[in-house]
Formats: sequence, C-alpha cells, structure tokens
Amino acid sequence: MSAPRMRAPKSRDRRDFLKSGATGAAALVIGFHWSSDGWSQEAQERKPINPFDAWVRIESDGRVRLILAKSEMGQGVTTSLPMILAEELAVDWKQVSIEQAPTNPSVYDLGTGGSSSVRTSWLPLRQAGAAARAMLVQAAANRWAVNANTCRAEQGAVVHGPRTKRLPYGDLVAAASKLPVPDLTKVTLLNPAEFRLVGTDIPRADIPGKVDGSGVFGMDVRVPGMLYAVVARCPVFGGRVKRFDATKAKAVRGVKQVVEIPAVPEAHTAGGIAVVADSTWAAMRGRDALEIEWDEGEHAQESSATLRKQFDELVSRPGGTLVRHDGDAEEALGQASQRIEATYEVPFQNHSPMEPMNATVHVRQDDAEAWLPSQGPQWGQDAIAKIAGLPADKVVVHTTLMGGGFGRRYHADFAAEAAQISKAAHAPVKLVFTREDDTQHGFYRPASLHKLSGALDAKGQPTAWLHRMSSVSIDGYWTPPDKAKPASSEVGGAANLGYAIPNLRMEYSPAKSGVPVMWWRSVEHSTNGFVTECFLDELAAAGKVDPLELRLRLLAEPRKVRIPPDNESTLDTSRLRAVVELAAAKAGWGKPLPAGRGRGIACHFSFETYVAEVAEVTVTKGVVRVDRVVAAVDCGRVINPDGARAQIEGGIVYGLTAALKSAITIDRGRVQQGNFDDYEMLRIEEAPVIEVHFVPSDAAPTGTGEPGLPPTAPAVMNAVFAATGRRLRRLPITVEDLA
Amino acid sequence: MAQITLTVNGKAHAVDVDPQTPLLWVLRDTLGMTGTKYGCGIAQCGACTVHLDGEPTRSCATVVEDVRGRSITTIEGLSADRTHPVQVAWIAEQVPQCGYCQSGMLMTAAELLKRKPKPTDADIDAAIGGHICRCGTYPRIRKAIKSAAAHPSRPAAGGGAK
Repeated sequence: MSAPRMRAPKSRDRRDFLKSGATGAAALVIGFHWSSDGWSQEAQERKPINPFDAWVRIESDGRVRLILAKSEMGQGVTTSLPMILAEELAVDWKQVSIEQAPTNPSVYDLGTGGSSSVRTSWLPLRQAGAAARAMLVQAAANRWAVNANTCRAEQGAVVHGPRTKRLPYGDLVAAASKLPVPDLTKVTLLNPAEFRLVGTDIPRADIPGKVDGSGVFGMDVRVPGMLYAVVARCPVFGGRVKRFDATKAKAVRGVKQVVEIPAVPEAHTAGGIAVVADSTWAAMRGRDALEIEWDEGEHAQESSATLRKQFDELVSRPGGTLVRHDGDAEEALGQASQRIEATYEVPFQNHSPMEPMNATVHVRQDDAEAWLPSQGPQWGQDAIAKIAGLPADKVVVHTTLMGGGFGRRYHADFAAEAAQISKAAHAPVKLVFTREDDTQHGFYRPASLHKLSGALDAKGQPTAWLHRMSSVSIDGYWTPPDKAKPASSEVGGAANLGYAIPNLRMEYSPAKSGVPVMWWRSVEHSTNGFVTECFLDELAAAGKVDPLELRLRLLAEPRKVRIPPDNESTLDTSRLRAVVELAAAKAGWGKPLPAGRGRGIACHFSFETYVAEVAEVTVTKGVVRVDRVVAAVDCGRVINPDGARAQIEGGIVYGLTAALKSAITIDRGRVQQGNFDDYEMLRIEEAPVIEVHFVPSDAAPTGTGEPGLPPTAPAVMNAVFAATGRRLRRLPITVEDLA
Repeated sequence: MAQITLTVNGKAHAVDVDPQTPLLWVLRDTLGMTGTKYGCGIAQCGACTVHLDGEPTRSCATVVEDVRGRSITTIEGLSADRTHPVQVAWIAEQVPQCGYCQSGMLMTAAELLKRKPKPTDADIDAAIGGHICRCGTYPRIRKAIKSAAAHPSRPAAGGGAK
C-alpha cells in the first residue's frame, strides 16, 4: 500500500531502548537507523553506536536470536527477513530463533504494508548481519593475534586460515560487542554467489504454531484481570449517540459496566457505547440489550446509487485532475478509424480478515501496555498514548500474530477504542469486533467508476487512450483538505500505463462520500489493473488482434515509464513484457480449448513487481468457473521462493473473491452486508489450480503480498469474453450478467 | 446457576456459565483454550470447528448446555506434539498463511480422513466447503489432505528456526 512513510524521529531516546531492548551481557547489538528509503543521510553521518538496536543477539551457548521489526500477518516476514540477517551473519538456520522487535520507532522502521518489507529491509538487514559478522571475525582475530583478513565466518563460528583455529560465536560475542561498529555503508556484503539461505525454500517459522492452536493472535491474548468489551457504533457512518438506556444491558449476567466512548477524530472512530463484561459472550448479549437513539448525521441519505450518480456526472465531462497527458488523446480520438467506449465499475470492498478487529489494552496511572494485532503498532502506540495522556514511550506495545491484515490492520481505530474502554474500566480490556462490526465499521477499498475511450487506426493499432476516473479518494479521506492530493492514491497502475500508445490522457475526480476508505490489498491497483487490462482487451478485439500479440507489440520497445508528478516508481516495459511472455508460454496460450471455455491474459506492475496471469474459465449457464490461473512474476531476487509463491496464490484468491463474489453496498448511509452469508468469500470448490513461475533475477528483491492480485480479475474477465463473447465491466459479476 | 460438566480433550471441566453460551466462548474465555477461533458466529466460516463425539461441529453455533457430558476435541487435543498426519502434512505443504482459519480446517480434515482414508476432490470440496480461508490457501489444503492420505503415519519433520 502506498502507506505514508514513517521516519524515525531524530533523537527519541535511544537509551530507553537500551534499557528495554538489550538484555543480558552476552547480547551483541548492532546499531543502525533506517528509513523506508534505506539509509538516511542523517544516519550515514551519525557515528554508528554499538549496542543500539537489537537485530542480532548471540547467547554464550551459541544460540542466535534475530529480531523481526515487521508484523506477521501470514505473509511470511517471520522467515524471509531473518533469513537475510542469518545469511550475512553466517549462522546455521537451525541455531536461530526469532523475536518480535519492541515497538520503538526511534530504532525500528515499523509498519508493514505496501508489499515493502523485503524490498526496504533487504539492504539494511544485510548490512546489519554483515557488520555483526565483521565484528565477530575481528574479535577472533584479536584473540588469535592474527590479521582479520586471514579469518572468516562460517556456520556460527570464526575460523582461521586452513581451519587450524576455530571459535564459535558464543565464545566471541562478549568481546565482539565491545568493538567499534564498522561503517555500515562500507561493510563487506556477501557475494550473492555465496548465498546458502536466500533463494532456497525455508519452511516458515510461524507455521508450527498455526497447526496446533498455540500461536497467539490478538484475539487470543489473555491478561490477568482482563475484561471483554464490544462497542455499539452508529450504523450510519459519522453518526453519533443521541441518548441511550443501559438498564437492560446492565442486567445481563456478566456485564460489568456500560460506558459511552466519544469519537476520536485522529483515529477515525465515531464513538459509541461500550459494554464491558467478564466474557465476550456476555458483552455481546449486553450490547443486544442496549437501547440507543442515534443522531445519524449528515450521511444518512447516502447510497451506492447516489454515489454512482455522482461518479457518472464526474466522469462524463472533462475537468478532473490531469494525471497523464501524452500527445493529444482527444484529437486522436476524433480522427480515429475506429472508436471504442466503455464504462467500468467496481464497488467498495471490505478487508474481512478471518480474525475480526480486536485489541487488548491496559491503561494504568503512569503507563500503558497493549497487545495489538497491528500492521502499524507505532500508530496504535501513539493513539493509546494520546488517549491515556501519556508520552508514547510509556506505552509498551506487543505486536501479536494477525489473522490476516490486508491493509485494514494499519489503522489504529481498534487500539484507540480499547484504550478508551480500559481507561474507563480501570482494567485491562480486550475489545472485540464481531464479524458484523468488522464488516460494517471498516475502512473500505474505494468504489470507483471509469469511462474509457480508445482509438484504433486502420491496422487495429491503438492510437489514443482516454481514461476518466472517479472514486472515493483515500488521500482525500486521510489528509486534511488543504493538504490532500486526492489523485495521488487513486491513479497508480492506470496513469503509468506502460503501453506505447502515442496519445494518452487520464483525468481523476474525487467524489464526496461519508464512507471511510483505506488501503486494501493492492489498493488502487486492484481496480486500475482490472479496468486497464480489460479495456486493452477490448481494443484488441475491436482491432482483431490477438490479446497477447497486442500486449507484446505495445511493450516491444524498451521504455521506462514514470507517473508524473510524484510517483517514485518506474515501470520497465522490458520486464513487463518478459512476464507476459513467460505466463503465456507456461499457460499454453493459443492451444485450442473446448466450447464454453476461454483463456484470458492480463499483466500489471505494482509495488515494483511485475506480474502477468493467464486464466482459464468454463462458463456454464451464466456461472463462471475459474479452472486454472498461471502467474509469471518478476520480483527481482526471490528470498524464500515457496513463501513468495504462497503470497501470489493468496493474491489471486483474494482477487477472485472481489471479481466473483463480494461487494459492499451502501443504503441509507450504512453498509448493507454483515457477515459471510451476504459478504461471500471464495470457497475451496471455487478455487482454481494455481501455478506460479518466477523470472530468474539478480535484481534487488521486491514484494509479493499485493502484486499477484491486480491481474487476476482482468485475466478472468478476458477469459470470460473469450469463452462467451460477453464483456463484463462491473465487478463482482453475477449470473444475470451472463444470462 | 448450575454447573455444566463437559469433557474437553479427555479432561472433565465444570463450568458455571449461562447455559445458552456458545461452546466457542466457553472454550476460549472460560477454559482459556484459544486454539479454537471466532470468525463469524453464525456457522459460516468453520474457524470454530471442534469434534463433538468425533463429529466436526461449529462451536460458535452450539450452546454449551447441549454438550453436557459429551466429549469434545479441540485443536489442542488433535495430537500432543503436532504429529497427527494432517498436522504433519500441513507443515510439509506449508499450508497456513495467517493461520487463523487453520485450526478449523485441520479438525475437519482429520475427521474426513478418518471417514474416507482416500478422499476424492469432491470429498474434499464437500468437507472443506464449509470453511473460509481469506488468505487463499485452498490449493495447498487440497494438496495437504491428499498428502496426509498418502502418508498416514509419516513422522514430523524437525529443525529450523523457531
């Protein structure tokens, strides 16, 4: 997700971290400071100070603990990131255990999203591991009174020359940790040819605890004296409590307290009535017994229909923010020998991780402690600190396992509400969202509507592409109006279209809505990939060109495409073309299929990763069955291939749910869906066979959590077109669409 | 309020709760056995699946009064040391992602294999079709069930980071 980049404050007290983080005399702690952009100037100028932040801790018995600063939500960072450290540190993976970093943003680049963990941690973790290795080697050289150049590290020990001398790390760590920390920008990194771990399938360290019930998710946290809470929130977005009567709720067995919590605008909470009880069930029963009158506020008349009308008006005329302007699309459209028009539409989507939102917080007089299943524990810490009236460093946050995140768990709303309730209850409180709460009080993938016009010349070659888009803008929701750049978070994957079409124009117009929006797995790419890749297919069909052939033709010339004005990433058309070719080859593009079946292709660049997918579908009486999806992925060097494969598989299934099953719709200002009976997920009998192929690469690694998703819906809809001749432009599709 | 006695993983427990409380919350909140998960509360997702006298049962939609004196097995009781064939297969095939739904998946898969030692794809669909995995581990679940069927007494792999 294009999450705001969190930078470490300049000098929040590193000594505090020392006290909490570096425990035990035999702990080797390598200090450095990183930001999402890798090394900051500030850090390079600062003398590296040993023992600051703890990446590597070696016990005297040789056991190694590696620190994980990112949050585990099933994407495998518990394994992939420590693999990088262990590689450079030259330790045996079997010696390694992994420990979650404390929530200390002055040391760690916390926050997990945007498929960025591997991409942004790769170099800093290599440097940290290599620096630790260099210090251990130096300690051994000192002990033996030899030149460090004659020593090397292998498998958790330092050896000298022809292995005449050998000292395990456990014997060296006390001395090594007292040595000066080398300049991390100059420390010698391993030659990739020497990698033993990186690039191999390492079983995920978090999996054993997920097959025996021992893994502790946020929902599973238990603290002595803990109470349970649920909150009644106004069903209409932005609504407030007018008055309430808790008499009946308080009579429910187990209910301890009923308390109104006010809105916290910084955390985007609307407030409500919290019911605190001695069990989750009692809290839920108590809430059922509440009598509440709501002030429904200004959004009570909003509906999906009113929003659609607004979108339609905004995209039906020029005047949106111009985000791409090559050549003169309008003139070229006027001169086209063939002009194609289409309108695409997608609804709001909820993240719906299997573990509903929850948080356990204990606000005390002088400090607070929290257990958060959070992608952004540092934001949760800030929110709790503000509510508790404490400095952030008095709030200890334990990041737990997450039963899925998908962007939703970056938010701090659940932490803020739990802090409010704990403060009122004078006890540790576990706040639980029911599934209905999770569905109806989320922060949704924006709904959007897209009008596209394309021009073809007499040979069927696209000469112009005009894309007018309107959506509920994420940046418009999160950023104060005077600073918001509504287009910036919405046009990725469309404004940087990689195809060589001489006249390209894209305009964006934000719509007004009371529906809270947020980053959802692959964010705007989830919609823009669908829209652009289906429309390109329409141009291929209109020009009577094979859809694969048209893509290859338009990506033939190697080019680098950047989105003006502020997108940092660059699309390399050669890499996009390569994944298209690989997916087509692996899928058997062009091989005949029986009647009723079809094959479709789509490609997309997002989060610095290139993915192409070929879908095969069978359409029977209006029902689309996706039989097979073949994905080709260029994510640079692959750290843990089986883990990366799982992420692409997951992105495809998540994308299929949005394409075939689920939609959040609004009526009278509220979400109409509540649970998995009306917000349906793909199930096993609907899941296709999935094959994932990686492009061999020595390029810097990039992420896989999100990029598998954007090509899925368009590959499927293009396959439906191939099977039926019907072009579906609104997701999710229904049986009626193909009737 | 009368106490209700139930047997969980072979051990008898007497609990003093509202008899209408779903078994799920008795397991999680009263007995502190949190391996059984809350996902939907309406028997739609399967995350709360336990064995009730050997039958896969949605504990979120089963009131505790109705399990009085009956035998309940939860994920914690599937094996003492992750050696049940489905657990071994789940690790071998690297099935879980977030893992939240997997307790329920494993309980259903274990019972399926007991009933049908060589399940077909249709058998797997019928059994797992009542479960939801938002991370999309379905292809690996299918593979793991077949793998467990092929290796009913495979030893667990060891080693590696913890």
